[in-house]
Amino acid sequence: MTPEHLHKLIVAVADAVIAHADELTELDQAIGDGDHGVNMRRGFEAVRADAAATAEKPLPDALKAIGTQLVMKVGGASGPLYGTLFLALGKTIAPDASNIAAAFAAAVQAVEARGKSHPGQKTLLDVLAPVQAALADGGPHLPARLPIVAAAAADATVPMLATRGRASFLGERSIGHMDPGARSSALMIASLCRALEELDLG
Amino acid sequence: MANVGIVIVSHSPKIAEGAADMVRQMVGDSVNLAYAGGDPGGGLGTSVPSIRDAIDRAWSEAGVAVLVDLGGAETNSEMAIEMLDAERRDRVVVCNAPIVEGAVMAATEASGGSTLEAVRRTAEELSPQ
Repeated sequence: MTPEHLHKLIVAVADAVIAHADELTELDQAIGDGDHGVNMRRGFEAVRADAAATAEKPLPDALKAIGTQLVMKVGGASGPLYGTLFLALGKTIAPDASNIAAAFAAAVQAVEARGKSHPGQKTLLDVLAPVQAALADGGPHLPARLPIVAAAAADATVPMLATRGRASFLGERSIGHMDPGARSSALMIASLCRALEELDLG
Repeated sequence: MANVGIVIVSHSPKIAEGAADMVRQMVGDSVNLAYAGGDPGGGLGTSVPSIRDAIDRAWSEAGVAVLVDLGGAETNSEMAIEMLDAERRDRVVVCNAPIVEGAVMAATEASGGSTLEAVRRTAEELSPQ
């Protein structure tokens, strides 16, 4: 992957999060504290501002740099959670991304540990885990299939009862709303996969 | 041996400051005390860099006990602790306790020269088991 490619991927993900910030906030207002969109926009604006410098780094270092920015800038629980995802990816991934499935599995594990959570609690893990499983299964056309897996997984959080995070305070009233973290995860995966397809790097 | 330091982390800068005022009234200057509140944009929330700075300000060789309010405050505090130097990291704990009562009880315990573990236990006695 060239720095130009990496730059396009970073910008694609950051732009998708920034463009959907209001939607994330609305989802969070329904079952949380309403700050997810604002927090994620602040984090990814910082990531986007540094995208050119980040893209010059080897892939593991670039991912760690993004993770550090999210940790420092996002605030809210999503900062350490997404920060940990990128930091852990950077720690494990090979410079040529050849071990992406294993690295993503390790990163999802790290997010579970950071959030003291597991899939089924109506969180971002309910998207990350099925995406990780699909990635581990492998097969053709992953960049086309993973966004579908992620979107379906985010939809599947709607009927779930939240048992972790601020939404868990609502108990039964958390049912019937999509989890904002699940939505932001699906957004990031979809924008990354679309950019990979456009670059023909799938 | 210095007394354990206390850090208060709230989503609200006003709660963090107010809880710190209550601690100060209890224990005066006998424990190092610092607080962090608000997200990196100045709104309600918590911020890893400001928590890390608060831990630095409250630093004591006996360690630092951190009192938090809601989820993100805990997650961000744990992240801030992990980013400390290795020799400091193991001497900072997040107490599972209500923020105001926990901070006052922890500071009172700390002011008597108790260990970090004893300070944490005293704060956590306030939580339903």
